[in-house]
Amino acid sequence: MNKPKKPPGFRVVGTNPIRPDGLDKVTGRAVYGDDFKIAGMLHGHVLRSPHAHARIKSIDTRKALRLPGVRAIITGADFPKPSVPMVGMGEGGHFDMNDAADNVIAKKKVFYDGHVVAAVAADNPHLAEEAAALIEVKYEVLPPVMDVRSAMAPGAPVLHETFNPGAFFMKTIKVLPNASRLELGAGDIAKGFAEADVIVEREFTTETVHQGYIESHICTAQWDERGQVTIWTTTQGAFAIRDQVAIICALPMSHVRVVPLEIGGGFGGKDTAYIEPLAAMLAKKADRPVKVVMSRAESLRATGPSPGTYIKAKMGAKRDGTLVAADLSLAFEAGGFPGGPIAAGTLTSITRYNIPNVRLEGFDVLVNKPKMKPYRAPGATQSHFAVEQLLDELAEKIGMDPVDFRLKNVMKTGDRLILGFPSPPIGGAELLEAVKKHPHYKAPLKENQGRGMAFGFWFGAGLTSSAELSVNSDGTVQMCTASCDLSGTRLTLAMQAAEALGIDVDDVSPTVGDTHSVGYALQTVGSRTTFATGIAVIETAQKVLQEMACRAALLWETDAANINVENGIFTDRNNPAHKFNFKELADKLEHSGGPVSAQSTVTPERVGFQLAALLVDVEVDTETGKVDILRCTAFQDAGKAVHPDFVAGQVQGGVAQGLGWALNEEYWYDAKGHLCNASLLDYRMPTALDVPMIDVVILETPNPGHPYGVRGVGEVPIVPPAAAVAIAIHNAIGVRMDHLPMKPGCVLQKIKDQRAAAAA
Amino acid sequence: MAIVWIPSPLQSLTNGEITVRADGGNVKELVEDLDRNYPGFKSAIVAEGVLVRPGISVVVDGRVVKKGLLHPVGVESEVFFIPAIGGG
Repeated sequence: MNKPKKPPGFRVVGTNPIRPDGLDKVTGRAVYGDDFKIAGMLHGHVLRSPHAHARIKSIDTRKALRLPGVRAIITGADFPKPSVPMVGMGEGGHFDMNDAADNVIAKKKVFYDGHVVAAVAADNPHLAEEAAALIEVKYEVLPPVMDVRSAMAPGAPVLHETFNPGAFFMKTIKVLPNASRLELGAGDIAKGFAEADVIVEREFTTETVHQGYIESHICTAQWDERGQVTIWTTTQGAFAIRDQVAIICALPMSHVRVVPLEIGGGFGGKDTAYIEPLAAMLAKKADRPVKVVMSRAESLRATGPSPGTYIKAKMGAKRDGTLVAADLSLAFEAGGFPGGPIAAGTLTSITRYNIPNVRLEGFDVLVNKPKMKPYRAPGATQSHFAVEQLLDELAEKIGMDPVDFRLKNVMKTGDRLILGFPSPPIGGAELLEAVKKHPHYKAPLKENQGRGMAFGFWFGAGLTSSAELSVNSDGTVQMCTASCDLSGTRLTLAMQAAEALGIDVDDVSPTVGDTHSVGYALQTVGSRTTFATGIAVIETAQKVLQEMACRAALLWETDAANINVENGIFTDRNNPAHKFNFKELADKLEHSGGPVSAQSTVTPERVGFQLAALLVDVEVDTETGKVDILRCTAFQDAGKAVHPDFVAGQVQGGVAQGLGWALNEEYWYDAKGHLCNASLLDYRMPTALDVPMIDVVILETPNPGHPYGVRGVGEVPIVPPAAAVAIAIHNAIGVRMDHLPMKPGCVLQKIKDQRAAAAA
Repeated sequence: MAIVWIPSPLQSLTNGEITVRADGGNVKELVEDLDRNYPGFKSAIVAEGVLVRPGISVVVDGRVVKKGLLHPVGVESEVFFIPAIGGG
């Protein structure tokens, strides 16, 4: 047959069908982690360290075990040392499994407030909690180190005597007791600053923040008589959890089946095993199924937030607006184990601009906080907070419009990144032009109101995905992927299948499979599912069409090369009377060789970069320092928006999270390293009252790495808001913000400093 | 000969050269060729056998290549070693 022709326009892609999982979710029929129950199920409770940094001297479980109804207790001693030191995450990423295992349950030391030291399974949750309280743990309390500058200072308490400093990029070196370092560069930094007419230099700090997914971590584990464990869990990646559980519990991967349940948000925080190995070991020891539920407080204390940072940045430009030099030193918290998002934060800091002379220095710094994990474009929000503000300041000093300044320096297709390789097709200039032309850009403002604009970049990810399609005799199609659905991807993938097969999207029934039912896939991370799993779906659809064309040839007693397929219609080039639509041919498959199904596993190699910009208006109360968001317009290049309403939803969600990061959200630790605001009353995420309607402008610069031009969209919207709000505050009241969150106290202090400086 | 872009941390091995030319039919052979001229290059890139070190992605002609060191290269190929980046 001929290669299926891509329709001149799209029939399905670019429309806004109703999501198939929507009704289940709004009626409560969808099964989330806590909805899952199983006969004979016990309840787990986890005992966590009250200390941020301590040696475990002893653990005595005898009293707890004597409590009636307690069925099992585990400690670090119940877990073997991982025999596999690293497990790949694709594209060179990996988990250090020794660290991952120690993070699941402490063995000799605890590294943060909330680090697991033991777990109990009992007949009910209250009994499990009571028993956990009876476990006696003796600690040698050690001084904690809670921020990156303290951790890098001479004489700082050392978390790990040895650690693998090369765990996050190349053969870096352990340069300081708690930190390893990477450096990237281009050109001649001294020469660059010598050429600059204007130089700005500032220091910035940001606090640790959490993804704030509404559903906490919940899982249930059950063993069978063959020694295989099934785990039902809320996760961004069933295979990732399977791999981690298998290694941490020393099981063959084929003996671990992970069933992903509906997920109430992840944003990067649910690609890691926390409670799954605990539930598995408790269930094994108790010989009963065990459910483990993390409370909100546990989730905030002991899952993986996004790092607090210290950033020192210096940038220079010529009077005509040409950027000539950038020198950045970024120190990111890694948490209790090495490997935070320093490489991504460092690289994304300037990638979207052409700057000939650059030095980027990054430090991955151990502190007594939970192991940092990805959060929507990990590391980029922090580094953009610094760089976009310096760009705004440079534009101001030069007397240039800030969008024009960025347009003059924006990276275009083919321009080389700091890593050397040329940019794939990218629509940065088009995006900035759209910002400039939008009515919001010139809309009038009142006193104490200001407008900020920031421009954000994220790489995105490809990684491995699988898809399986089966054609039913009535012409409907079953679609199964292993990509957990965080954002409506069941539908965006079904739409791509329908587009490729030439059928209605309602005729595709999408499901998310478990690790025993579908081919391997890495996590739903990196804004990759609609892009990468979409490619797997399209490839699989083409295999289905190919086989169906062979069946049509068989039925028409002709050669398959004579069969033409277009928009789901099969025709015979040599006989105009021969014509089947998809359903008609599906009905004949049983009698022409049996049902047709196909499977593909792909690892896309050409990921389209993501770009976003945000225009935000704020009003500052100069008596209290409170900042109100008045108006937001978000601009994003989707490549090709498969489901424009979903794209807008992703943008709005990312911007809302970014506004929370900008104004409210932070981890509050006391001097001993105890987290003081481990609840959503005190960890202040924005509500509907804080965020106005976020208008979304979608641009489409096709990504040649996807058959329909799709780029990932989920992460980059969170990147510009913090910087845009800071710039808006500056434009409202004339102060430069250098700390996140920009809570009222911080803004008020800046106003006071400004008044004091004016008075002096 | 293919062009290899030397990552900043390894430019000390190449006397500050940002790009160097190397011979080979795949990335592994390029790395081995480079190691002959710039000792230490291979150990910085290769973990064991044909496996690239954790944390590194191999880019050939603009593609993050799944086969890593085994990916074939042409005489005009550009090869890069970049930090692995996943996402949230």
